[in-house]
Amino acid sequence: MDDSLDQIFVTLNHWLTGYAPVGWQPFVSAVISIAGIIAVFASLFAVTTVLERKGLGRIQNRYGPNRVGPFGFLQPAADGIKALIKEDVVPRAADQVVHFLAPLATVIPAFLVYAVLPIGRNMVLVDYDAGALFFFAVGAGTELSVFMAGWSSRNKYSLLGAMRAIAQMISYEIPLILSAVTVFMIVGSLSTTKIVEAQAGYHWFGLPNWFVVTPWGFAGFILFMIAATAETNRSPFDLPEGESEIIAGYYIEYSGFKFALFFLGEYLGLFAISGLGITLFLGGWHAPFAFLEWVPSWFWFFAKLQVLIAVFIWIRGTLPRLRMDQLMNFAWKFMLPMALINIITAAVWHFMQPGYQRWLVGAAMVVGPYILLGRGLMEGKKLEKRTYQFAE
Amino acid sequence: MNVVFAIIAVVTIAAGVAAMSLRNLVHCALALTVAFAGLAAAYLQLGAQFVGFTQILVYIGAVAILIVFAILLTRGSEPAQQPIISSGWIAGVAVAVIVLAVLVYAIGKSSIRDSKVPPAAEVTVRQIGDALMNKFVLPLEVVGLLLTAALIGAVIIAMKEEKK
Amino acid sequence: MSPLAGYLILSAFLFSIGLAGALTRRNAIIVLIGIELMLNAANLNFIAFWRFSEHPEALTGIMFVIFSIGVAAAEAAVGLALIIAIYRHYKTTNVDEVNSLKG
Repeated sequence: MDDSLDQIFVTLNHWLTGYAPVGWQPFVSAVISIAGIIAVFASLFAVTTVLERKGLGRIQNRYGPNRVGPFGFLQPAADGIKALIKEDVVPRAADQVVHFLAPLATVIPAFLVYAVLPIGRNMVLVDYDAGALFFFAVGAGTELSVFMAGWSSRNKYSLLGAMRAIAQMISYEIPLILSAVTVFMIVGSLSTTKIVEAQAGYHWFGLPNWFVVTPWGFAGFILFMIAATAETNRSPFDLPEGESEIIAGYYIEYSGFKFALFFLGEYLGLFAISGLGITLFLGGWHAPFAFLEWVPSWFWFFAKLQVLIAVFIWIRGTLPRLRMDQLMNFAWKFMLPMALINIITAAVWHFMQPGYQRWLVGAAMVVGPYILLGRGLMEGKKLEKRTYQFAE
Repeated sequence: MNVVFAIIAVVTIAAGVAAMSLRNLVHCALALTVAFAGLAAAYLQLGAQFVGFTQILVYIGAVAILIVFAILLTRGSEPAQQPIISSGWIAGVAVAVIVLAVLVYAIGKSSIRDSKVPPAAEVTVRQIGDALMNKFVLPLEVVGLLLTAALIGAVIIAMKEEKK
Repeated sequence: MSPLAGYLILSAFLFSIGLAGALTRRNAIIVLIGIELMLNAANLNFIAFWRFSEHPEALTGIMFVIFSIGVAAAEAAVGLALIIAIYRHYKTTNVDEVNSLKG
């Protein structure tokens, strides 16, 4: 019973593919899977926009949107209709071809990366041998689209926002990839299905065998999540698109449907990178406790994804924005050394015998540099109580 | 297979010609990005997965952005007032045509023309990692040193000098 | 014509296009773009020969291309830093005008 519910989508795919002629079957099977992925993640995008606005509203002690539909949950439909019927204003001096292509160049890589995420048991679209490398490579393709959007608008502020966004994205790409390298090193493969399979099973004290339960995995997960927040330009790293700073940054000159495409690309990128974080550190589609294994695997993946999205919304509503130089300092002076030390910790963990010693050594190797580096970087700053000088 | 190769070839050559002949520098850089993507597709077609993804990650994700930043920092995005081709262009084009002719002649005359197609090899990333750590460990360390030297050197060369 | 010859001819075309651009354009950055195109054409040659070779498990072609991509990225970084430094001094990126050592 549990196996058939777990594999229900795979069975559905096989059944539908059976209707196609034999030569076309791989093609039809792939098209059905792709249609499923697009439908699921696009509707998740719609639900997340309204959840985010209501969540942020509650954190800020107000209601979110609550007019359209029951408790405001039909708001995405209203937003979609507005985006479609708004006039598409393109500046006369703008570079027409590049201005048109920039939203496409954002959305296409954002959709492509879902091909290597294992959403459930046997439910990955393409099982590349170098799957995680494909994810990072295609994710790097979005940076060029940011530049295209910023430059083609022929607007000083738009270009400035694009430059800052690109500098931020390439700075945080290095801690992102380095914190994922620890997982690749321990598993011995870049294939996402093998990484999920390596996290099967449970410890003797009931906790699952996920990588986040180990010291290097915990540090790596936190580094990965911080770098992911910066990669997708979300608060507190959203200076390039901060509404109160430089209006909308690199997509000032976009209106209507193209703006909706940028918005879609940003949220899809968020889901994809959370999905990769789940695959690498949180055990993919595995259940957290042994007695809960009867629940289908795809349910666990989406449950973990929802928890991560809730954490992102929570952080957005809570922390203030980081300034550009604070952001860059944080990436290069703190996160990069921590990611490198994490790799060494993972290597030491791998070569010690299983037991409580390697937990102590691993924890010491992660917490020690964290405290030392944090104290060291705060040395030069004068952080006393602020005094104001009024005109007396 | 031949159709895919024809599409890749047409896209890459068209992007290369566009990268070399467009007036606007940023358009040249974007056409170069398309050429890189076409080449990555060619590598994937030839079965070299790791190299194809590395090409996208390094060239499109880093080198193209470097070129674009340099164009912006040297005011290249304003339209050029002078002709874009330098005065001795005939010699340059002649040299390129001669090189092309010699290469195509060499390929045509050799035994490559009608060689057999061996079966594709399954190359895993693990084999590449093993090779990098065992047989090619010395070039790996040297490339690490080279990249460090290039990084420090580029930062020092491009740094603003302090006014004395 | 075998597939190997097809890939080699594609690489020869890319090489000569890059060479023509590097020799004729005035802007230093376009010259660098031409050089990158030439390097990529050579990489394509290596991968094509690796695929159609007798012993693909020796991985020689792939190794060479991995190192070549790394070195090309380093060279692009240093070259662009040089162009920026020259621009700061001469206020131009035109290769014909940077000729103080001539004559």
